[in-house]
Amino acid sequence: MQDYAHPESIVSTEWVAENKDNEEVVVVEVDVDTGGYDEGHVPGAIGWNWSEQLCDQVVRDILPKEEMENLLASSGISNDTTVVLYGDNNNWFAAWAFWQMKIYGHDKVRIMNGGRGKWLEEGREISTEIPAPGTAEYSAAEADNSLRSFLPAVQEALGGGVDMVDVRSPEEYSGEILAPPGLPETCQRGGHVPGARSIPWGLACNEDGTFKSREELADLYSSRGISGDRPVIAYCRIGERSSHTWFVLKYLLGLDGVTNYDGSWTEYGNLVGVDVERGEG
Amino acid sequence: MTEDLRSEDYQRRTDTLAGWPVKIVSYRIGATHYCHIDNVSPGATIARANAASREAAEEEAIAKAAGRLEKTQRHS
Repeated sequence: MQDYAHPESIVSTEWVAENKDNEEVVVVEVDVDTGGYDEGHVPGAIGWNWSEQLCDQVVRDILPKEEMENLLASSGISNDTTVVLYGDNNNWFAAWAFWQMKIYGHDKVRIMNGGRGKWLEEGREISTEIPAPGTAEYSAAEADNSLRSFLPAVQEALGGGVDMVDVRSPEEYSGEILAPPGLPETCQRGGHVPGARSIPWGLACNEDGTFKSREELADLYSSRGISGDRPVIAYCRIGERSSHTWFVLKYLLGLDGVTNYDGSWTEYGNLVGVDVERGEG
Repeated sequence: MTEDLRSEDYQRRTDTLAGWPVKIVSYRIGATHYCHIDNVSPGATIARANAASREAAEEEAIAKAAGRLEKTQRHS
């Protein structure tokens, strides 16, 4: 992992096994379905529910600064804590938490390579005990929205000069389906943002969920037209898969100017009077 | 004294349900067998179940997954 542009942003399952009891480290499992956490988790790991704890419950948005401070403080996380994130669905929601923590300026946050699946597959120790962390003090920075794209930036990008990356499945990109198979349809139109390139998130991973090597990732994205010479906007359906790709492009490959459009297709695919593009591209 | 828990008998395979590729993962923690099924592309978990045996956990998860996948419409 030392070859990645920011090797400090990623840790192995071995590292977590050796450091999970370190008082300066807090391990957090971030799931969309916390039933997985309840089955068993990394001993000492706190569980965060993506939909209830990492999203504003009224406005469709990330957590407001004060709520982020409360979440981190109540999880025993202070500004100096090393936070290790991992989770279900191959770390999609852990990547969302990473992105959001970076927006609020947390320095020492890492992703556990391979996520929950790899920890289980390796037969590592797990626990069903729910930790009760002491309350810490946390002061978040003002939100750094340079890590994020909103709809106006996406619409402006239609004019060129920006690489738009659609990380959903090819079937979602083409408009054949309106949501991942087995999940509820959440948009009115299928297709993709005009001009977006299809680079499904999973191409960045190996079979065991770990990230491909830096060389493989560089080949993958450059072969599909992402060189890093222009700003990149990544999007998916709700912004979690694209936070995974955002992490890959920014922290593993070291590209500047990469943003996550968290409104994603559930925003763009529901706009009135706006063209979408269909087909394989 | 806390019980030493770990996942055991971890298995993953791919299959097709209701016309969609799926990945079926099963393992045991203690006396309970778990099964998770994802939709491969993109890889979201669509069903999970637990039971006293691998077969029972897989059977329940497969039934749930198939029911959900059957509702997925192709629009072109």
